[in-house]
Amino acid sequence: MNPGPDRTVRAGASAPARPLARRVRGLSDRAVVWLFVTPTILVLLAINIFPLLWTIWLSFTNYRANRPNAEVEWVGLRNYERILNKEDIWEYLQATAHFLSWTMILQVIIGFGLALLINRQFRGHSFWTTVILLPMMLSPAVVGVFWTYLFQPQTGIFSYIVNVFVDVGPLDMIGSVDLAPWAIVMVDTWMWAPYVMLICLAGLRSIPDYVYEAAEVDGASAWRRFWSITVPMVLPFLMLAVLFRAIENFKMFDMVVELTSGGPGSTTELASINLKREAFEKWRTGYSSAFAVILFVTVFGAANVYVKAMNAVKRR
Amino acid sequence: MDSSVCTAKLNFAAATAATPTTEEEVREMNKRITTALAGGLASLAITIAPAKADDELTLCWAAWDPANALVELSKDFTAETGIGMKFEFVPWTNFADRFLNELNSGGKLCDLLIGDSQWIGGSAENGHYVKLNDFFDAEGISMDDFLPATVYAYSTWPKGSPNYWALPAMGDALGWVYRKDWFGRPELQAEFKEKHGRDLAPPKTWTELREVAEFFQEREIDGKKVYGAAIYTERGSEGITMGVTAAMYAWGFQYENPEQPYDMQGYVNSPVAAEALGFYKGMYECCAPPGHSDAYMVANLDAYKSGQVAMQMNWFAFFPGIAKDPEVGGEKSGFFVNPSQNVEASTLGGQGISVVSYSDKQDEALQYIKWFAKPDVQKKWWSLGGYSCHNAVLGDPGFADTAPFAADFLKAMSGVKDFWQEPAYASLMQSMQKRVHDYVVADKGTAQEALDKMIEDWTETFEDEGKL
Repeated sequence: MNPGPDRTVRAGASAPARPLARRVRGLSDRAVVWLFVTPTILVLLAINIFPLLWTIWLSFTNYRANRPNAEVEWVGLRNYERILNKEDIWEYLQATAHFLSWTMILQVIIGFGLALLINRQFRGHSFWTTVILLPMMLSPAVVGVFWTYLFQPQTGIFSYIVNVFVDVGPLDMIGSVDLAPWAIVMVDTWMWAPYVMLICLAGLRSIPDYVYEAAEVDGASAWRRFWSITVPMVLPFLMLAVLFRAIENFKMFDMVVELTSGGPGSTTELASINLKREAFEKWRTGYSSAFAVILFVTVFGAANVYVKAMNAVKRR
Repeated sequence: MDSSVCTAKLNFAAATAATPTTEEEVREMNKRITTALAGGLASLAITIAPAKADDELTLCWAAWDPANALVELSKDFTAETGIGMKFEFVPWTNFADRFLNELNSGGKLCDLLIGDSQWIGGSAENGHYVKLNDFFDAEGISMDDFLPATVYAYSTWPKGSPNYWALPAMGDALGWVYRKDWFGRPELQAEFKEKHGRDLAPPKTWTELREVAEFFQEREIDGKKVYGAAIYTERGSEGITMGVTAAMYAWGFQYENPEQPYDMQGYVNSPVAAEALGFYKGMYECCAPPGHSDAYMVANLDAYKSGQVAMQMNWFAFFPGIAKDPEVGGEKSGFFVNPSQNVEASTLGGQGISVVSYSDKQDEALQYIKWFAKPDVQKKWWSLGGYSCHNAVLGDPGFADTAPFAADFLKAMSGVKDFWQEPAYASLMQSMQKRVHDYVVADKGTAQEALDKMIEDWTETFEDEGKL
């Protein structure tokens, strides 16, 4: 058979590639899978699993990263004992719990409320959406710094505005033991409620119009439609937003450090701030590794329980 | 374009130019690509490595007024030796974090480091600094030429031993600045005298200091509400400790039993220590401006320069700048040494200059130290705004008249006291910051409880260090 000019050209072009192709073709499917997956697994092992295992090992030692040549001693559970018996640690965890729970409550209420408002079509809709989203686009450290100026009791605008309504004199939001925990909750809510709004908005827009139309035909009131359609259908989205925000806020560091440095005293010293102080200021690497492991187990456990609950809600 | 990047591109182009046709050629091509990539990566590594000229030294310090004076002074060194100087200045709030990390990681950023006095124990024991004894002997540099208190604090480890790790570079102590123009007003003078039976003048004791601060608190001056005193209350680094110890040293505070090192019971938590701590809290509550709950050097300077306070505590290092300030300088400001109570004592600031052991340019760095130790360089250092520790400067009969704060500086330096200089100083410092801030600013517990808890923390630290 005459191969014809076209076939000749094609054969000539593929000739040098043939040995390589044959080699790849010789591999089993499983081998090809491993070939592609191995680099990812190696990277994950190097940057996730190895540091985790190493941290767990360090937590049983007296290692100090600033003294690499010093002898490392196995101290067993001493670091864990010290942490769990230390009154201060429970104060840091309490501060973290206060911050976490109130930011979640406020961000869910405000974020969901804003999403309901923005979901309606009105004039300037796009402009207001952009304005609301602006805070979450800023760096947390920058937010922390400029809110210290806004909270300044003598020259800050916050104290001025409060005094327009109630005459309380210079209001020291970040220097007062009673107000500082609320100051960090307020700033975090200001910054991240728009994020919750964005996710809720996605949920609201995923509800088909015919569901509401059918309910309306059945004579359901607006309140009934809200409780029986909107809330259940947005709930998985809301729970996802809470999961993301809760994980982020559990490790909150930069914004609070810039705003209060953990003060006054240790009033706003969150667990992550204390962890950083122990690890990179006091250089108690073994001790801080134990604390990191405790925090990791807490977050990991809570997140697992939460994800299961979220899946149950989705299945309903 | 950078030549190494060019080389990498050429290597790769040459390696991929020919189209392989046989298996051997494929193997050959692979080899060439590997070689080219390796060459390229090596060139790239050279390109991205921090460029440091061979004849240039990097000096690391804090970003503050005296650092600018040192830049000016070092021009003479470059002119004399041909060695260029590069500077890495970091704000005080990040100073310890930044440079201790650099030392702990064996970094080569700094050839010379003007590090805090408290770092000397750790830096000597962990091998971060070059020991300077042999160099001093070879070059005829005598520590007897420097103020003994500064040699003890900035150069020696173990403390007081003739083992030198730094040359005293910047003498400093905590002092006070006051609004001389406000103090001089006849109506205020009369009112104060009537109330306290003495002249409104720079206080000699902490009790007097509080009386003066209370006198000015929330007083209207030139139509503006002013406050008593800006004191240190910073939580994050070392601020409140430096402020509180100014009071505690004046009450006679001791860190440990002089007869038995690390025996702290009855010393750290002695009745005088508790009284001093309580007094400082009283000062914060009665006489600091609103919102002054996390304030260190810059916050105090700002409060003072903006006419908000009658007095501020701050390091002598800032005083030349205040004396020249267009708003509060000249005759508007006066200076006084830390008031006594039971004893005369001041909190030590200041630093020594050390050669970093990880530097590749130790010889040039030592050359800088040799130059810096010269009496004429030290005289110029003082004239530019740096605080020399050299006897040729401080021992000059006319020294006290060279600046409005010079006499007070001499007096302060004769009674300075420093925080622990142990290798574990950072742990000790953080514990004190927490306990003291909890009590003074957050109003948690009593002074005695704060000091008792501090002993618990410090004991745990010294146990971990194997010293107890």
